[in-house]
Amino acid sequence: MSITRDEVAHLARLSRLALSDQELDHLAPQLDQIISAVAQVQEVAAEGIPPTSHATGLTNVFRDDQPVPCLTPEQALSQAPAEELQRFKVPRILVEE
Amino acid sequence: MNELITKTATELAAAVADGEVSAAEVTAAHLARIEAIDGQVKAFLHIASDAVRQAQEIDRKRAAGERLGRLAGVPVAVKDLFATVGMPTTCGSRILEGWHPPYESTITSRLRDAGAILIGKTNMDEFAMGSSTENSAYGPSHNPWDLSLVPGGSSGGSAAAVAAYEAPLSLGTDTGGSIRQPAAVCGIVGAKPTYGGSSRYGVVAFASSLDTPGPFGRNVLDAALLHEVMSGHDPMDSTSIDAPVPPVVEAARHGDVSGMRIGVVTDLSGDGYQPGVLSRFAETVELLESLGAKVTEVSCPHFKYALPAYYLIAPSEASSNLARFDGMRYGLRAGTGSAEEVMAQTRAEGFGAEVKRRIMLGAYALSSGYYDAYYGKAQQVRTLIIRDFEAAFEQVDVLVSPVTPTTAFPIGERADDPMAMYLADLCTIPSDLAGNAAISVPCGLAPENGLPVGLHVMAPSMADDRMYRVGAAVEAALQSRWGHPLLAEAKGLAS
Amino acid sequence: MTVMYEEALQKYEPVFGLETHVELGTRTKMFCGCTTVFGAEPNTQVCPVCLGLPGSLPVVNRLAIEYAIKIGLALNCSIASWCRFARKNYFYPDMPKDFQISQYDEPLCSEGYLDVLIGGGCVRVGIERVHLEEDTGKSLHVGGATGRIQGAEYSLVDYNRAGIPLVEIVTKPVEGTGYLAPEVAKAYVTELRDVLRSLDVSDVRMEEGSMRCDVNTSLSVVGSGVWGTRTETKNVNSLRSVERAVHSEIERQAFVLDAGDRVIQETRHFHEDTGTTTSGRSKEEAQDYRYFPEPDLVPVAPSPDWVKEIGASLPELPSARRSRLRSAWSLSELEFEALRNAGALDVVEATVALGASPADARKWWLGELARKANDAGVEVSSLPITPESVARVAALVSAGTLNDRLARQVIDGVLEGEGTPDEVVEKRGLAVVSDDSALLSAIDSALADNPDVAEKVRSGKVAAAGVIVGAVMKATRGKADAARVRELILERLS
Repeated sequence: MSITRDEVAHLARLSRLALSDQELDHLAPQLDQIISAVAQVQEVAAEGIPPTSHATGLTNVFRDDQPVPCLTPEQALSQAPAEELQRFKVPRILVEE
Repeated sequence: MNELITKTATELAAAVADGEVSAAEVTAAHLARIEAIDGQVKAFLHIASDAVRQAQEIDRKRAAGERLGRLAGVPVAVKDLFATVGMPTTCGSRILEGWHPPYESTITSRLRDAGAILIGKTNMDEFAMGSSTENSAYGPSHNPWDLSLVPGGSSGGSAAAVAAYEAPLSLGTDTGGSIRQPAAVCGIVGAKPTYGGSSRYGVVAFASSLDTPGPFGRNVLDAALLHEVMSGHDPMDSTSIDAPVPPVVEAARHGDVSGMRIGVVTDLSGDGYQPGVLSRFAETVELLESLGAKVTEVSCPHFKYALPAYYLIAPSEASSNLARFDGMRYGLRAGTGSAEEVMAQTRAEGFGAEVKRRIMLGAYALSSGYYDAYYGKAQQVRTLIIRDFEAAFEQVDVLVSPVTPTTAFPIGERADDPMAMYLADLCTIPSDLAGNAAISVPCGLAPENGLPVGLHVMAPSMADDRMYRVGAAVEAALQSRWGHPLLAEAKGLAS
Repeated sequence: MTVMYEEALQKYEPVFGLETHVELGTRTKMFCGCTTVFGAEPNTQVCPVCLGLPGSLPVVNRLAIEYAIKIGLALNCSIASWCRFARKNYFYPDMPKDFQISQYDEPLCSEGYLDVLIGGGCVRVGIERVHLEEDTGKSLHVGGATGRIQGAEYSLVDYNRAGIPLVEIVTKPVEGTGYLAPEVAKAYVTELRDVLRSLDVSDVRMEEGSMRCDVNTSLSVVGSGVWGTRTETKNVNSLRSVERAVHSEIERQAFVLDAGDRVIQETRHFHEDTGTTTSGRSKEEAQDYRYFPEPDLVPVAPSPDWVKEIGASLPELPSARRSRLRSAWSLSELEFEALRNAGALDVVEATVALGASPADARKWWLGELARKANDAGVEVSSLPITPESVARVAALVSAGTLNDRLARQVIDGVLEGEGTPDEVVEKRGLAVVSDDSALLSAIDSALADNPDVAEKVRSGKVAAAGVIVGAVMKATRGKADAARVRELILERLS
């Protein structure tokens, strides 16, 4: 087994997904199967092979420090589930970062 | 069918520009077609309420002698992954149901500037994850060839819309094959430009280093036209290539493969490939030879690791890209309690199963302790695949293979079998990992079921024109052999 | 130093480190063209990019890279020839994308140092890295008693600050400072602030949040060679707090260790009012940030020419300036420290630049003016008197127009807003009497009143002339030049 149900539950928490037990029962074996399959990459001999994070080979793409018109507060808040005092209203935060 | 809807985009653009037909008429014809059949095809999630007004504006401009863009009056359907002002953008997900972005994607802006009529937003697998549109929170789309079959995915709605004559052109995105595979199973043309060749600004991200917006058309020239209009450098996208768009329209007009060196990728064949797909492919290769191409076999030994590498890289990037959907600033907010609880509940309710699987898979691959063995390793495999392509392109000008191992499969057949679903991307994924250009061009119907098969042509980065040249050659030869476009064979829809 | 502290330092060696976040003073944000004005109305400086709207993409602000390289060079760092941004993934409402674009194992600058002067000696604080990242939004916590997160009912988020460029400067662990650890920590932050100011890359106002410090502290048992468990202290909002936070953590950890318990690896919150820290998030369950290279940005590869150009544009750094001034003014280290500690370096330099001698400038600023400043409870540089005025007063004394006593009255007048030194002299009639005839008449008058003095002086007791001098000074209300008066008396009597 590549991954246990508990580990999947941990991944769900890490990803802020409140999965039900039923969902966990259903998804965990599927994830196990997928992880076993993708682990195939480990068969590849890749000593000294640099990883590719960007396929284009571009570097040094910049913009000038010049202001550009931005959104109005109305636009910014237009899709907010809740707002107050021209700010996004969010539920109480438990753990301080 | 109203004659207007069977015209090609190129023909329509010319007709509107010449004043032969009004943009309003063209749009009305397509809206009527959508009205008549989209109840069955379900390609669209939203029809533009201002489509007629857009068209009238083009007519006004024409009458006033103002300059018209290259796509003036031509309806284009837009995958619901592109941010559009005035139309919702759901990405096929509940979590963005009713989301009206306050800004427009670069590509749809360019299309508007070119005079295109953005006729509506099309259905897709949720957040571009899938190969059938069955992962859409709004129900699947149906293949116009046979409504019980999938139209492919994730850009299934856009492919179905074009195949069903609801629009002559449509926009899709290709991350693992999401333009080419639907094009193949719907019998139309779909292209993935070179990564970085078309702007991702305003395209909701699935896998940032792989996502490539691209065109659908019913023929090679139409796809090339849209390809040119939508592509080009965008300073709002740091990964955008600052170089002229390859001359794809020019290439599409001159489908001549004599002297071209064409490589058949031997690794993209074998078990799991439907016999009819393989036979049509083999015949098309022979056709290319008869047209003067020099065909050889090429081995790309790391291609067999492309699928697992992709299913590590893409979900990893996706797990991060989709973190922003937390119910705090836009979209669905569900649940009560603390911010942490509301975030978790919102995402549990707002995301479908495939999205959840990939998010967790991505979190796993990036976890400390697993990064090197999974994500890190996959990035190395990616380098090896790029090198396979580089080596191959030293010997040949383009590579060919089937697009996808099977023809369109029944809706429901693979819906809860992720591994089976992933196999649809076997041939298309290597090009996404390497970033080079690739196209799917119809090459026949599979004898066993009469369903469309596509030819997959891969070109080096920024040599997109080469694949259009090959595609045009194949298309012209096959059309003269059949006497009509492949789509005319589609019996799934009343004409 | 309390008894507790002293005892703690006999048993334990403090080791500390500092992580400083600096908001760069660029006009626009790190990855978009929104403005960065402090104090704007909420959510008026936001766009799809810094709001993290679906489909938005970042583009790097070139000036931010330049500023970060500038900082790295000023801190003697190596500049990376190629590096990438990385995503730091965690969920938090003030982070629009629920990941922060930062740098992970490829910082733009690394392996530098900053020399810190303390008590006549120098501590070289190693700089581990300097990297760029984006700032988060700001939350107002509503409903609780203290405005803090604990007990709040909900929060209100403003994303104006989200996306502002931040430079993070991380020191290597600082060892071997013993009981001076708190002072060294404070001195480091002070020096860092001064360096950053001189570079003109940030306001560096701790009270406005454009410079934020987190302090890491641990105790090692003396002679054990084993490092202790580290805690991280946040909410350290002033230079004084840096010192107090280190001091308080040393005491607290010593107390814990003395009791035979172990120090918990955690994040602590510093309280201004009590000068102590309380427990925050436990770092035992460390966050897995799942760092990976930012796919939406391409690598940054500063060319050697560009780095050289930036290096050439560096201003005179505070340490170099100090060396230059100390040697130019011929001061000992202690004398110079005194100047620095009084916050008088700038004003003294300016005064010297206006023609005063270093000795005179120092005398006035560190003497009379420092006393006045102390009485008023302000910094000497905040007094309502300019270097121009001080230089003028010194010049007037040199010219003989004023003597010391008169000069002090002129200073008073300027401080009280009566005008420039010349205006005060005019208004108050403070000039030294330079008219000999007026002096002579006063002398004659005094001689007449003190007939025996004349005799004593004539018979050789020159010192007796002092009485006449005193009388003349009194008569002229101190406006006579005493030396001249004496001269005239002796002439008169000879």
